[in-house]
Amino acid sequence: MTTALRSPRTRPPRSAAGVLRGVVGLGTGLAVLTASVAVAITIGPADIGVGDTWSVVASRLGWGTTELTPIREGIVWNLRLPRTLLAAVCGAGLAVCGTVMQSLLRNPLADPFVLGVSSGASTGAVIVVVLGAGGGVLSVSGGAFVGAVGSFALVLLLSHTLGGTTDRVVLSGVAAMQLFSALTSFVVTTAADAETTRGVLFWLLGSLSGAGWTEVGLCLAVLALALVVCLGYARTLDAFAFGQDAAASLGVAVARTRLVLLCVTALLTAALVSSAGAIGFVGLVLPHAARALVGPGHARLLPVTALAGAVFLVWADTLARTVLDPQEVPVGVVTSLVGVPAFVLVLYRTRRMR
Amino acid sequence: MTTGTERRDGGARPPGPGQTTAGQTTAEQPTLAADRVSRTIDGRLILDGVSLTPRPGSVTGLLGPNGSGKSTLLRLLSGVLAPASGVVTLDGRPLGDWGRRAVARRVAVVEQHADTLVELTVLDVVRLGRVPHRRAWTPATAADEEAVLTALERTGLTDRADQPWHTLSGGERQRVQIARALAQEPRELLLDEPTNHLDIQHQLDLLNLVAELPITSVVALHDLNLAAMYCDQVVVLRQGRVVAAGAPDGTLTESLIADVYGVRAAVTRPGPGDRPHIRFLGTVTGD
Repeated sequence: MTTALRSPRTRPPRSAAGVLRGVVGLGTGLAVLTASVAVAITIGPADIGVGDTWSVVASRLGWGTTELTPIREGIVWNLRLPRTLLAAVCGAGLAVCGTVMQSLLRNPLADPFVLGVSSGASTGAVIVVVLGAGGGVLSVSGGAFVGAVGSFALVLLLSHTLGGTTDRVVLSGVAAMQLFSALTSFVVTTAADAETTRGVLFWLLGSLSGAGWTEVGLCLAVLALALVVCLGYARTLDAFAFGQDAAASLGVAVARTRLVLLCVTALLTAALVSSAGAIGFVGLVLPHAARALVGPGHARLLPVTALAGAVFLVWADTLARTVLDPQEVPVGVVTSLVGVPAFVLVLYRTRRMR
Repeated sequence: MTTGTERRDGGARPPGPGQTTAGQTTAEQPTLAADRVSRTIDGRLILDGVSLTPRPGSVTGLLGPNGSGKSTLLRLLSGVLAPASGVVTLDGRPLGDWGRRAVARRVAVVEQHADTLVELTVLDVVRLGRVPHRRAWTPATAADEEAVLTALERTGLTDRADQPWHTLSGGERQRVQIARALAQEPRELLLDEPTNHLDIQHQLDLLNLVAELPITSVVALHDLNLAAMYCDQVVVLRQGRVVAAGAPDGTLTESLIADVYGVRAAVTRPGPGDRPHIRFLGTVTGD
């Protein structure tokens, strides 16, 4: 029967050209990201050039020696490089999470924090900082991670109990977000002094100032894992465009897909939030911008969103640490200040689509 | 269909390739079949021992009032829902043994009203039909692209491949959904009230297209005249049970319509061999 459906083709298949275009595009994106990281590292109070950065990296990798003083070498290797890389990883991760959540939950407002992960992380961090829980064994980021996972587990349990549909997931996330925000505020107002409050608030708004190689390595590993899994589900995510029944009739195991992708994105969000705080808006805006750029197909959309998010957060963080120098602005403030107009612009440009 | 009356081909629709391949009267082995399937949803019995054996290459109409189980039966046939008892088979094997993706490569579904928030083009939507054929982490193959182009051609959408979904009318959207279904290269097509919300021209266009396809179609319909025009056989459901089945001519009688729908109707045939025409006169209880 299937042969009866075939008829002479009028256009040649174009998958080979598509793959080539994809490779070229990916290469360009990676080049832009590398250049952004290299340039961002040179910006700051201490005068450091791109060449200095390369020599430090090369010497650390055992490919030569650097002529920089130990202090300047330390600035590159211990401060600016991990910070910039963490910005890139966080930007990429948050943007990927946002893309997956929006497609999976069929909700353009979904972002990495819709599962209550960030508010859970905040509560966990605040409890460690303010109450000194964990007896010194649990660090702030450790507390944040535990809080994030706990909150996500609550959301899964709630949404499952309430019927397990996508809107129940979103509503459970919103409920968890409110609950944990209230808990955070309660702990801060009842137990913290002014100084601690200030520190906690800074962390809550998102900051990459605590970045070290441990955070970079951990987040990069989780990001790589999440990207591989999500790219494997790229076609499946496409299939969710017309809802879960339509996806099911295309052979998608809807419940399993949703559980796997929710867990992967929650894990990635938890890792990112516990390292850099809840950096808002990247996960909401970047997917929309990337979709306007390359269209809705996830096989292309996911890598593009990741690269765009990485470049965006590298520059947002550079702005955050230099604009009020020597004062530092929380990077979440910058992403929102830049992100809101960008968001409006993207929505304005696509307004006729509806 | 295992019914006494075989349909004569009326003048209501042009003979499609399906009839030439499926034959007129020989009872071929059904490829997709439901055998005494039952299903409860939220404690309510929706389907109660329904059997269905569409003849390959033909169009089977599922009729019945709202809540009679048409949609649920289609969901069981597509494997999206599992029967509580009874079995749905494809080539004699239970659907559950096939695996979701394998079923989706054989059985395609068109829902009554598909919509999306994603900004897709016609081509993007039709490409979704290749999802069950494609493997993870690999790009589309030449066979994928060919199936998509063929589906566009078959539905007359080749020139509109780049048009955004959101600019299409209801009838065009359903046509795109059928193209998407054809890109799955199915041998069975299930349609759940595909003509709802469409104007009359698009209703006829759409069912013409379905009738001409050389595949087995099962279509849930509300409009009895459309069913009479386009279906080779009809199955009438009421409260989850089959109350009548067979060619439209012998099945859609005035007494059946009164019995199942609670409506008084006059069934006429313009000429010998023509499809029946149903005129509604009022409800049975009131006037």
